[in-house]
Amino acid sequence: MKTALSAVLIAAAAVATAHAQSGSPTLEKVKKDGYLKCGVSDGLAGFSNPDAQGNWTGIDVDVCRAVAAAIFDDPNAVRYTATTAKERFTALQSGEFDLLSRNTTITMQRDVALGLEFTNVTYYDGQGFIVKAGSGVASVNDLNGATICTQSGTTTELNVADYFGSHGMQYQILTFEKEAEALSAYDSGRCDAYTTDQSGLYAARLELSDANANVVLPELISKEPLGPAVRQGDDRWEDLVRWTFYAMVNAEELGVTSQNIDEQLNSQNPEIRRLLGIEGDFGEQLGLTKDWAVRIIRKVGNYGEIFERNVGSGSPLQIARGKNALWTNGGLQYAPPIR
Amino acid sequence: MSGQDEAAAIAPPSTAFWADPRLRGIVFQAIALGLVVWLFWTMASNAADALKRSGQATGWSFLWNTAGFDIGFKLVPYTARDRHIDVLVVGLLNTLLISGLGIALATLLGFVIGIARLSPNWLVSRMAAAYVEFVRNVPLLLWILFFYLALIPVLPPVKQALSLGDTVFLTNRGLYMPKLHWTDGAGSIVWALLAGIALAVATTIWARRRQRATGKRPPDLLIGFALIVLLPVAAFFAAGAPVSLEFPTLKGFNFAGGMSILPELVALLFALTIYTAAYIGEIVRSGIEGVSKGQSEAASALGLSRGQRLRLVVIPQAMRIIIPPLTSQYLNLTKNSSLAAAIAFPDLVHVFAGTSLNQTGQALEILAITAAIYLTISLVTSGLMNIYNHMTRLKER
Ligand SMILES: N[C@@H](CCC(=O)N[C@@H](CS)C(=O)NCC(=O)O)C(=O)O
Repeated sequence: MKTALSAVLIAAAAVATAHAQSGSPTLEKVKKDGYLKCGVSDGLAGFSNPDAQGNWTGIDVDVCRAVAAAIFDDPNAVRYTATTAKERFTALQSGEFDLLSRNTTITMQRDVALGLEFTNVTYYDGQGFIVKAGSGVASVNDLNGATICTQSGTTTELNVADYFGSHGMQYQILTFEKEAEALSAYDSGRCDAYTTDQSGLYAARLELSDANANVVLPELISKEPLGPAVRQGDDRWEDLVRWTFYAMVNAEELGVTSQNIDEQLNSQNPEIRRLLGIEGDFGEQLGLTKDWAVRIIRKVGNYGEIFERNVGSGSPLQIARGKNALWTNGGLQYAPPIR
Repeated sequence: MSGQDEAAAIAPPSTAFWADPRLRGIVFQAIALGLVVWLFWTMASNAADALKRSGQATGWSFLWNTAGFDIGFKLVPYTARDRHIDVLVVGLLNTLLISGLGIALATLLGFVIGIARLSPNWLVSRMAAAYVEFVRNVPLLLWILFFYLALIPVLPPVKQALSLGDTVFLTNRGLYMPKLHWTDGAGSIVWALLAGIALAVATTIWARRRQRATGKRPPDLLIGFALIVLLPVAAFFAAGAPVSLEFPTLKGFNFAGGMSILPELVALLFALTIYTAAYIGEIVRSGIEGVSKGQSEAASALGLSRGQRLRLVVIPQAMRIIIPPLTSQYLNLTKNSSLAAAIAFPDLVHVFAGTSLNQTGQALEILAITAAIYLTISLVTSGLMNIYNHMTRLKER
């Protein structure tokens, strides 16, 4: 009797879950609209930046494009909203967009108190400083008494307070709402140093009046794992974004690129066959088609390709893979298997 | 019992209590109030529910959590270890500072512009008109950025500071000046100053009485000025010179010691002042034009000069017209000071409704507090202006 009852209960629960799993409200809305709404930065080279034609480019933008490719087989089915660091979480929460992909550091506070879920670490970063070449500053520890410019609403202003406070160093902070103003204040000599994520420093350096008159200091004072975020409460949507990125990392690890994808469709490697949807129904489980990952890789590329194209050797930033290399190459990028 | 009969005759024909207009009025007002309270209550609890469901933190305890960020300009001691409630205080004081200074300067400049617009001198009045048109038609944010971005590059870097006798330094980090360093006994100087001011006021009152009685006015301005200056000076020496000067000196990246005025404060103050002064100028002009011509003609028939006419006859009457719109300019200036975030001046909106909000995510609470504070500032400002208006309004004798 008891077992019969629990069997019925389990069956009922299974029906209920099956119902719940049948769809993601966000995905349904995105499909109905015909485009994905993505929140990006006001303009940060390599991450999310409009080019001369007004098209958005960058690693963060490619995450949006990959999600759109997986859903619509069209990486351009995205509407971008530029947000300042300060506004981004409120904008995501209030539904201005469904995916925040804007060089955003994953922190516990943001994860547990802001009603957000971070899906992946798309770029492992740390906070650095840039100073004038002739200033005689060779290390962060030489900055005692300095005036430091940065952007408000960032982890940056917290880290700098932690670092200078715990090292007993004095400083004066100037926090600007927009990066452009912070940079121009630094450029015109109002501050001795500008601080942000190190990747952002390489991007910023290119915007200064004389890039070569500025040097990025060697130290990193914090961990800045950057990643996309979605609203809490739509687990299926969160899964979709998470596995879109993992598909790109797995593709790199398996040697599948946008160039060789057609040959790879004939691969006998079971891992590749599962990734490309030849075996299994992973795409359907996400609410997508079987070939979801093929769409992503063909239209946007694997992780290595988007890295090199946006911030690496194929870009003006020339950032080395470093911590963002695959785990198999001594880096930290590591995606769980598709099986 | 004829009295009672009379009362019954005068009273409206007695009807049911719901027909009593007074009672009905009270009941309807009570219902309206109840509805409003209920509406706000449901809105607040709905919002709280929705926030809980979306996994966002709610409640007020965040105010007592460590803020964790520094603030570049503060009037009271503050470090990153202090709490969000302290951020609120720092930001509020900065807002009050910039608004107070802005209101004082914009009023001065605005009156000058308004009077200049009515000047019989063609060039002066045209220039004032051009000022008003030009300044009003450029958005305030542009003025702020313009002053800031124009100011910084022309100021010299620290190592090449412009100095005035090695005591005052001007650099792109700010204007550095010697600071008064108070030691024991310095309080007597303040008391002497206050006594000087009180005596000066008394002198003026006495001088006015004498003028009315004898037609001659003693030199009260001179006496008052002497009292205000000499009493504190005497106290300074009597107390054994308890105040010394602390000079700014170059140390590493910047000047240390002394007192400094940041370029952000100056740029913001400049922009708010010239912008609001254009509006105040127009208010002053229309206020003066609103005083009937006969007043000023009568005054000139009495032999008063243009300055005396304005000061003694026209402006006091114009104030009645000027004050209400002037009050709303003061409120505008206070609210506009929140554009400070663009140039990193840490006002209330920038640090509390900006950084604290972003770091804690408690948008509803923080915006409610901020709105309540601005509302309070506005109410106090209008209250003070109303009192002033009451004092200066026409007194029928
Ligand atoms: N990763 C940090 C900082 C993010 C951030 O806002 N960085 C700035 C400077 S690199 C930026 O993206 N500016 C570009 C913009 O505001 O559009 C965080 O999440 O708080």
